[in-house]
Amino acid sequence: MDHRSELTDLERRLLDSYQQGLPLSPTPYADMAAALDVSEADVLAALQRLQEFGVISRVGPVFRTHAVGASTLAAMAVPEERLDEIAAIVNSFAAVNHNYEREHRFNLWFVATAASDAELAEVLEKIEQLTNIKVMPLPMLEDYHIDLGFNLQWT
Amino acid sequence: MPKFTSVLHPLPQGEGTHVQTVVCIDATDRRIILATQAGLPRVSRPYHKLADELGLTADDVMARLQRMQRDGIIRRISAVPNHYKLGFKGNGMSVWDVPDADVRELGRLIGALDSVSHCYHRPRHLPNWSYNLFAMVHGRDRAEVLMKVAQIADLLGDAVRGHDVLFSTRILKKTGMRLAE
Repeated sequence: MDHRSELTDLERRLLDSYQQGLPLSPTPYADMAAALDVSEADVLAALQRLQEFGVISRVGPVFRTHAVGASTLAAMAVPEERLDEIAAIVNSFAAVNHNYEREHRFNLWFVATAASDAELAEVLEKIEQLTNIKVMPLPMLEDYHIDLGFNLQWT
Repeated sequence: MPKFTSVLHPLPQGEGTHVQTVVCIDATDRRIILATQAGLPRVSRPYHKLADELGLTADDVMARLQRMQRDGIIRRISAVPNHYKLGFKGNGMSVWDVPDADVRELGRLIGALDSVSHCYHRPRHLPNWSYNLFAMVHGRDRAEVLMKVAQIADLLGDAVRGHDVLFSTRILKKTGMRLAE
């Protein structure tokens, strides 16, 4: 559900000002409150509401997708009638943390993460064995995204 | 568990570009990651609360977070928006076949766009997969995503030998946890 219209002015200002980063201070919420000219209790209540709405998933560190261990995007071309069965097999691996169905001949797209390249290769190999379908690994070679924040386009 | 975990982290290679190199995090860093990846406590002094739980000092927790941020393990510490709940219901994975010699220059161009949240160089798998540049494009709906993809196509011009947009139809699994316990 879209909660944009239900957000208060303070909630919008919090999103606009802090989706890109918080001060790393012992009292981040008090600092935000001072910057927005409200009370710390207001900030904490607004953040709680944003989180309850699901508008923010959390307030905290964003770990870089590829930062810890080995990870890769991978795709499979799965016959339509086997999609649920294959998705269940792929999802059963703890190493798989994202899995999407997409409209394409390659219709199953997942991200797998492991402690090492060898472990990662083992996971992909096991998925191929269990499904009898080739896995196409698409590891990131270079990251070009410049994080300027997301323009939330309130109007 | 080994004392040090080998991690791949992106080192700046000019503005907006990261490649993977290996650095290390120790067991304490790991505990901090596990304790914070679901979010900071909503209390006046969140780092003190975390420190109490982890048997560390707040200064140590903050210094380690700062170091991980400098090393690129942490992208940022922020309020993390859920774009879907904010009305950006369209997201399409645009994929592009561009000459390998130009992929970095073109990737930086696309990676700086407002509507693009991820932009990566990935390997081709010929003959089944000829696309080497991936850009996640966001919009309010599918039509807006397609319009933005058309703008990217204009921007890339003759460099594009082929492109496609893959819309997701179902989320089959999504977990934030990236570090095994």
